Amino acid sequence: MSVNITFLVITGVLLAAGFYLVLERTLTRVLLGIMLLGNGINLLILTSGGRRGVAPLFQSGLAADEYSDPLPQALILTAIVITFAVTAFLLAMIYRSWTLTSADELADDTEDIKVSQKTAYDEEEDSPVAEDTTEFVDEEGRPVREGEE
Amino acid sequence: MNFLDLAPLAVVLPIIGAGAAFLARRQVKLQRLITIGILCLTLILEAGMLAAVWGGESYAIHIGGWESPFGIALMVDGFSSFMLLISTLVSLAVLFFATSQGLADGDEPGPVSVFHPAYLILLAGVSNAFLAADLFNLYVGFEILLTASYVLLTLGGTAERIRAGTTYVVVSVVSSVIFLMAIAMTYAATGTVNMADLAVKLPELDQGPQLILHVLLLIAFGIKAAVFPLSLWLPDSYPTAPAPVTAVFAGLLTKVGVYAIVRTETLLFPGGIVSAGLLVVAALTMVIGILGALAQTDFKRMLSFTLTSHIGYLIFGVAVGGPLAIAATIYYVGHHIIVQTSLFMVAGLIERRAGSSNVTKLGSLAKLSPALSLLFFIPAINLGGIPPFSGFLGKFGLLHAAVQDGDPLTWVVVGAGLLTSLLTLLAIIRVWARIFWRRAADAEVPNQELVDEAAQVAAETAAGGAQNPALGLKLARELEAQSLPWGMRYATGSLVVAGMALTIFAGPIFDFCERVAAELIARDSYINAILSL
Repeated sequence: MSVNITFLVITGVLLAAGFYLVLERTLTRVLLGIMLLGNGINLLILTSGGRRGVAPLFQSGLAADEYSDPLPQALILTAIVITFAVTAFLLAMIYRSWTLTSADELADDTEDIKVSQKTAYDEEEDSPVAEDTTEFVDEEGRPVREGEE
Repeated sequence: MNFLDLAPLAVVLPIIGAGAAFLARRQVKLQRLITIGILCLTLILEAGMLAAVWGGESYAIHIGGWESPFGIALMVDGFSSFMLLISTLVSLAVLFFATSQGLADGDEPGPVSVFHPAYLILLAGVSNAFLAADLFNLYVGFEILLTASYVLLTLGGTAERIRAGTTYVVVSVVSSVIFLMAIAMTYAATGTVNMADLAVKLPELDQGPQLILHVLLLIAFGIKAAVFPLSLWLPDSYPTAPAPVTAVFAGLLTKVGVYAIVRTETLLFPGGIVSAGLLVVAALTMVIGILGALAQTDFKRMLSFTLTSHIGYLIFGVAVGGPLAIAATIYYVGHHIIVQTSLFMVAGLIERRAGSSNVTKLGSLAKLSPALSLLFFIPAINLGGIPPFSGFLGKFGLLHAAVQDGDPLTWVVVGAGLLTSLLTLLAIIRVWARIFWRRAADAEVPNQELVDEAAQVAAETAAGGAQNPALGLKLARELEAQSLPWGMRYATGSLVVAGMALTIFAGPIFDFCERVAAELIARDSYINAILSL
């Protein structure tokens, strides 16, 4: 099988650009990155189908280099539809995010911030026990500790 | 005509149900009836499938009559039917939970009515991934379940959920891209995507290309299964979703990734070339996950971290390999799905009972909510690996297999596993002590409502005195029944019982897992069934 080097180089460029954009915080750039990734992969699948320029039609008795493999094209078709659905969903989500926060950027996780600001000292676990918290009663029948019970 | 020829219905029924449920989106009652009916039908079908392959048979279905390796094949064997049955069982319990929550809140028609169709599509995707016998169909199964999960995770579209959803969507898309890349390269190298055909052809490749394909597939599945260092997206995105959604995600989605990893390691790349790498990754997943869990104050986030941590045990089992380790892995997957889902359902109940799942705001629940405490306690110590529960049995099987292996690195991971088990217990005990045992007034941020209720119950107990000690308990149960609809409690309870059944019937189930593991390792029956050799 001969390999089309142009396709492979283009695939590489598309994937590199795509992954770079996905790492951004701006959601629109992330979306563009995902579209580039999808197209790059489709090109990669296409290269696995053999040489270009012949129809994917098979009649019995045809030599292997006289037709191209139809399966990768079917796979790409499925992948395109899936990327399309995900892109549409992401667009809706970006729009929703923009409506809510009027910013096109992803915010930090509030719980993460809380954990990172936590001190090593935990009040509940590390403070010395201030009083005897027993619920037993002494010999006269009075509770040792004054509580709500 | 074999009964197992009906297996595609496990995918088709939920999809038809999703369409019907969407058409019925204005009639809330009809929609519920459709969803629950469809899931019950699927459950019966899958129970039949599991019974048919209980002895260790493998049965391939060639869709549309196209012979493999040209057409799409589905595989019904012990492993896939076991996973199918457990996943549908868990989804049915969660569906009852969600429905009775919705009933209590008076479902408003609107964005929420999309819950039922999306839920069924999620299940169809999960079933498709379990049944798929070729890589591309597996990819399609993943995409079906992921797309449905995007919708479920961002249900209602609040700012917090959109933020969490974005992380989740981007990470999932990247993992799909890597999976697709692996498929393209596999096809270029071997000219097939059929897994049985690949099992025959992959060993003929050179070591280098084999390793590349192997690692690419493992990375793609590792992101989905939340294996460290690819697990950090999970605790960020799961806890913000509605309780039933988190519960079903925790149970099913990561396990689909684990299922794919087991298939890759046993069927496509046997021989354990990367097992040393997997061992290291498993140890890190366990220890770092559980350390994360200890730092959390939110119960749902803590559970998400234990979820990723215990994925490490499964990867550990796969890395050790061998019949016993794989059998224990399969048993542990079943245990983990049921226990994690029930704990997330309990988190939903706690949130509903006390208004928050943040442990700094809670207390007194053992007195205020006796049934809820029991529902938490059983799966929690099961997760912590206390004998005689299934968590202990699964871990014991894994460690037993690892010790027999005897490699120094394996011993290190055995140590990590034991440490993780202890730390899980610590995390669970801390949650128990804070949410259930301490007085609500002692909480860092006391919740006045809880404090008042605790005082009421204490007063009632004092009034009952020695003659009538159950008076306080009676009031507590009344208060509990007011805030927690019976459907939610019973749905959680039924799953807790299912977890105990896994313990009680551990003998036959583990025998079954051993048969399945032997079959997975031998590979013959899978390959012969698909390629009809």
